[in-house]
Amino acid sequence: MDRTLAEKVWDAHVVRHVEGEPDLLYIDLHLLHEVTSPQAFDGLRAAGRQVRRPDLTVATEDHNVPTVDIDRPIADPVSRTQVETLRRNCAEFGVPLFPLGDVDQGIVHVVGPQLGLTQPGMTVVCGDSHTSTHGAFGALAFGIGTSEVEHVLATQTLPLRPFKTMAVTVEGELPAGVTAKDLILAVIARIGTGGGQGHVIEYRGEAIRGLSMEARMTVCNMSIEAGARAGMIAPDEKTFAFLAGRPHAPTGVEWHAALAWWRTLATDPDARFDTEVVVDATQLSPFVTWGTNPGQGVPLSSTVPDPAALTDASERAAAERALEYMGLTAGRPMRDIAVDTVFVGSCTNGRLEDLRSAADVVRGRRVADGVRMLVVPGSVRVRLAAEAEGLHEVFTAAGAEWRHAGCSMCLGMNPDQLAPGERSASTSNRNFEGRQGKGGRTHLVSPQVAAATAVVGRLASPADLV
Amino acid sequence: MEKFTVHAGRALPLRRSNVDTDQIIPAVYLKRVTRSGFEDGLFAAWRADPDFVLNRPEHEGATVLVAGPDFGTGSSREHAVWALQDHGFRVVISPRFADIFRGNSLKGGLLTVELPVDVVERLWSDVEADPELVIVVDLERREVSWPGGTAAFELDDYTRWRLMEGLDDIGLTLRAADEIAAFELDRPTFLPTTRPRGDG
Repeated sequence: MDRTLAEKVWDAHVVRHVEGEPDLLYIDLHLLHEVTSPQAFDGLRAAGRQVRRPDLTVATEDHNVPTVDIDRPIADPVSRTQVETLRRNCAEFGVPLFPLGDVDQGIVHVVGPQLGLTQPGMTVVCGDSHTSTHGAFGALAFGIGTSEVEHVLATQTLPLRPFKTMAVTVEGELPAGVTAKDLILAVIARIGTGGGQGHVIEYRGEAIRGLSMEARMTVCNMSIEAGARAGMIAPDEKTFAFLAGRPHAPTGVEWHAALAWWRTLATDPDARFDTEVVVDATQLSPFVTWGTNPGQGVPLSSTVPDPAALTDASERAAAERALEYMGLTAGRPMRDIAVDTVFVGSCTNGRLEDLRSAADVVRGRRVADGVRMLVVPGSVRVRLAAEAEGLHEVFTAAGAEWRHAGCSMCLGMNPDQLAPGERSASTSNRNFEGRQGKGGRTHLVSPQVAAATAVVGRLASPADLV
Repeated sequence: MEKFTVHAGRALPLRRSNVDTDQIIPAVYLKRVTRSGFEDGLFAAWRADPDFVLNRPEHEGATVLVAGPDFGTGSSREHAVWALQDHGFRVVISPRFADIFRGNSLKGGLLTVELPVDVVERLWSDVEADPELVIVVDLERREVSWPGGTAAFELDDYTRWRLMEGLDDIGLTLRAADEIAAFELDRPTFLPTTRPRGDG
């Protein structure tokens, strides 16, 4: 029978199938960080259990870590305790760890692909909803809670019901100046924050094939914002070229064996999806959010929508509440909205290509007076590669702050936060109330729009600078 | 895990949709490395408003949260479930839950009950009219009932059985240890390990 990419990966990992019970699924790679793992390790200790496969497990410090003065002890004692707890747990259970200061430290979803640990056809989990990022390689990758982290540590498996499948086909080519971030924000606005519930989304079509691996990661990363468990893209020559030569990619005979399997993964021609959505790439333009969930977005060229136009009562109430929180009124042009802070970084847009595209916009320009721009590489290696190209000098010459790697202002667990009432243009993934700091107001944007906004001081695209 | 069969309690009507996990518990409350005491972070930002429904004395001690659609969207933080449980909630009712939140809840014994929007709206009105009203959530019969009505809900047999027996997933999975070991023997050798290259 013809199967989808997601179904093929699922089927290849079923350890046990019993009618009426969840399937027991084998996990190829388990990523850990300091926030969602301490209680899982405590659970293992309490039950006298070991980590079954420390060699399929790897940890990094990212959510809490400071992005300045990283050679000093972490100032916040609670953050420090959490990071130290991860170090102790990894040492006790034999799990490899990339601590702050290590050249392989960084955001967990940047580190995995960078090392070649994320490969097509694998199952990848992490106690973090943005694990969907790894689906860009044709892996089935999804976020789990702490109970499941403990379960994977103890058994290297998870009991799961099969997901439904959704095809998001993006036809045609993206117009110049329109990025993967604009595309995914538009998709989420279209299907809604709950539209992908229970599904694995497979992104397909000409526009997706045209994206680089880094851009595909941006798309898959935000699948969770549409409510989906995972997002996937079938591996192709770009995927294989990205992987070749990475530290953990197979080599020699193993490479050819892997390649043979990877080439079988694409969805079969007659496979059926439970849900299908078609998007016309040629109609897309730079996209930004106006509200407090990632589905509340519009084209940058548009205006703040009028809640009264919404027919669904609960959506209308949510929109009214969002406008009040955001300090916006219906009908205001998005380009009129002034920001205090611009954040470039996160597992959504903290890779080298993202930094390059932001640097291209600010090169030779200045960040507007009164605007603070933070550039936070997704990993130490991204930071080093950017510095080798001189990007740090482009940013600092423009008046931006060049920081060390971590999750930073995406969720404000470290000191990088918005003050109450402050407004940001952010390349991250969530514009929830208070996400970037209590009372902070977030507009989600692409790196290009973020950089242009920093220069203008109001939401803007690079085209506005000419 | 505590067994769940029938729960009877008063309800908290939370008339909001898209209640994301950053609202349920903001990230600054996730730094604790222990498993208890997360009630202080529950709806922390909203609780700053004295009129927020959780602050209202007539709803004190409510154990059934009734919320709008798309409850628990966003992050995978199980702390959201712990914050609700540590505060005393045993059941959350919503027309639709985010997948990860729902999974975390059912693993930890917080029952998520999906009911249609019109039933949720009726519950809101009835509870607002009489905050003392008792809602009975019967997992065995998969039914919610209160003086104003009755509504059936769906939950698969396996999850229901696990909740009613209070069984922990890891213990159940370890019964399949031989099958896991057999599966591991057959895994392709090209798959990566996290060991530094050079020692295997």
